[in-house]
Amino acid sequence: MRFLLVEDNISLATAVLDRLRMDGHVIDHAANIAAAEDFSATADYDLILLDIMLPDGDGRAFLRAHRNRLVETPVIVLTARSEVSDRVGMLDLGADDYITKPFDFSELEARCRAVLRRHGGDSSNQKRFGDLIFNPLAGTLSVGDKTITLRNKELRLLEIFLSGPDRIYSKPKLVDRLFSYDEDVSENAIEVYVGRLRKHLSGSGVEITTVRGLGYRMSLA
Amino acid sequence: MNEPLQTSGSLRRRLMLQLVGSAAFLATLLFFVVLGFARDVAQQTHDSILLASATSIMDSVSVQADEITVDIPYAALSMLGNVSNDRVFYRVSTRDDVLTGYENLPTTSQSVRSGHSAFDTLTYKGDSIRMVTSLRRLSLNSAPADIIISVAQTREGQAAQLAQLSRSAMQLGLGFFLVATILAIWAAQSSIRPLKQLTEAVSRRGPKDLRPVQRPVPSEMIPLVSSLNRFIGRLRVSLTRSEDFIAEAAHRVRTPLATVRTQAEITLRRVDRAENRASLREMIRAIDESSRAAGQLLDHAMVTFRIDSLERKAIDLTELGRELVDRLQPIAELKDIDLHFFGSGNPKITGDAILIQNAVRNILDNAIKYSPNESAIQVSTRQNGNTARIQVEDEAGGFVGMDTDALTQRFTRGENAAGTIGSGLGLTIAREVVEAHGGVLIIETSKTGTGACVSLCFPLH
Repeated sequence: MRFLLVEDNISLATAVLDRLRMDGHVIDHAANIAAAEDFSATADYDLILLDIMLPDGDGRAFLRAHRNRLVETPVIVLTARSEVSDRVGMLDLGADDYITKPFDFSELEARCRAVLRRHGGDSSNQKRFGDLIFNPLAGTLSVGDKTITLRNKELRLLEIFLSGPDRIYSKPKLVDRLFSYDEDVSENAIEVYVGRLRKHLSGSGVEITTVRGLGYRMSLA
Repeated sequence: MNEPLQTSGSLRRRLMLQLVGSAAFLATLLFFVVLGFARDVAQQTHDSILLASATSIMDSVSVQADEITVDIPYAALSMLGNVSNDRVFYRVSTRDDVLTGYENLPTTSQSVRSGHSAFDTLTYKGDSIRMVTSLRRLSLNSAPADIIISVAQTREGQAAQLAQLSRSAMQLGLGFFLVATILAIWAAQSSIRPLKQLTEAVSRRGPKDLRPVQRPVPSEMIPLVSSLNRFIGRLRVSLTRSEDFIAEAAHRVRTPLATVRTQAEITLRRVDRAENRASLREMIRAIDESSRAAGQLLDHAMVTFRIDSLERKAIDLTELGRELVDRLQPIAELKDIDLHFFGSGNPKITGDAILIQNAVRNILDNAIKYSPNESAIQVSTRQNGNTARIQVEDEAGGFVGMDTDALTQRFTRGENAAGTIGSGLGLTIAREVVEAHGGVLIIETSKTGTGACVSLCFPLH
């Protein structure tokens, strides 16, 4: 996906850029409203992540101008404010959603997915691998003429595997990405989800193999 | 904040007392002045008739052949009878003899010169009398001789007349007092009215209305109103400043926390050694815990602030619940939790939507946080008699062996909370909000027995 991050704090922006690029997203960074307006005028983004307190003005002003230009690109506001005072105002101004700093990237991804899904999604986001067609927004997996809806953890697991076919993912890393940090889960919990995904993938020519002592790998049979 | 103020009397009562007091004083004064004047006039009239009578007797005194003769004219005494039916006494005497009349009629203590008269009020035979004494010097046997004529009349008629007059004066005074009292009440009311109107205008204001008072007021109230306006101004500035300060503080604390958390997540993706990974996980948990605690403390402060000046608007509980569920759906999905909403009817309540949303959100947040993966949470609204209820039912094990009171204490957490990030303020906030709206928070075990059922019950709109 293509993101625009509007955030004046350089170290946070750098970290967010690194983190989103890790998952294969394309992301531009604007440090102020002026730059954000330049970027959004010249490129098409799937989503804008907008900080509210910016050096050359309030992010809400950008939001209002953005909506007045009738741009469809959804906006998720990054706010540091209290839950009580600010949130409703953001949505009134045309933000599609908001997330409080510091944020969990799984939550950010989930919110992005939900927002994009609400905006009608985009079939160009479909991923093909072997005989399977995967639509991460709708959370559907099609093999031949059979389409099923994946549960969230299955979907995210499949996304991880699809982002690096033939690569080996260790159990601990998969636990990190599938479970929240305050859940104490054993690494074996991953086996359940891999098992389910294997069942869904049967007949697609795609298989997940166990690499003894290292983890799992998805590849074409 | 709403402690009753000490009163130092009432302005209206004081004004009224002063006005009525003055009226009473003036009425009394009026009574005495009128009475005194009437008495004087009566006295003077009586005196002049007495004098006329004495004069006419005096005129009838003559010296004939060195003999003093007195022929008292009928009119001299009958004119007194015209005034009242009081008894009349008279005496004609010289220095040595009583010529005619009542011998024992008292004599005046004043010295009277010839051609003049003196008036006295005396007692005669147990009655009060008014007496005139006239003197005239005649020549008798070539020697001067003083003829003294006293005419007296009892004063019962005059007393009756005075009693009548004083009754009239009393009525006049009372009438004056009554009219003055009515005017005083009216004056007190009308001079207090601008104060009342100002009070109403200020108390009718919404909790967020910090505009200066601009309605016209009487000039005496200008100093009060301008002090009030300066005070409102200072309050507005200080509120804005503290709101800005909180926002700025939150921004400054949370942005670096966000940086650290992101970096920790990135590093966690890169490192393989188990102990490093464990430390990083601990770090992320600590960050989440501190940011959540800071958030809830701020929320709690905001909630307390808003409760103090509660907004009262109509809220559709079903709409509010549905919005909230939509908003939290992505977080529930992360754990493959089936988050359902069932709204039956549109129960309307009165209150602060932001507060109620925050309260329900805290309950729902808790439910998601403590629920196992792939469980179900059901949020529902319904109307029950005079109560509107929104409830959150989960399969997270419930609050075993703890009651609502204990759970809603600040910083208390359920027994299964260990290992989950929380500050223990969520239920406290929810309870405070519900109770501020005149409702109750009920924590029960869910029908299936596998979790908790938290209900927020509000009185209907």
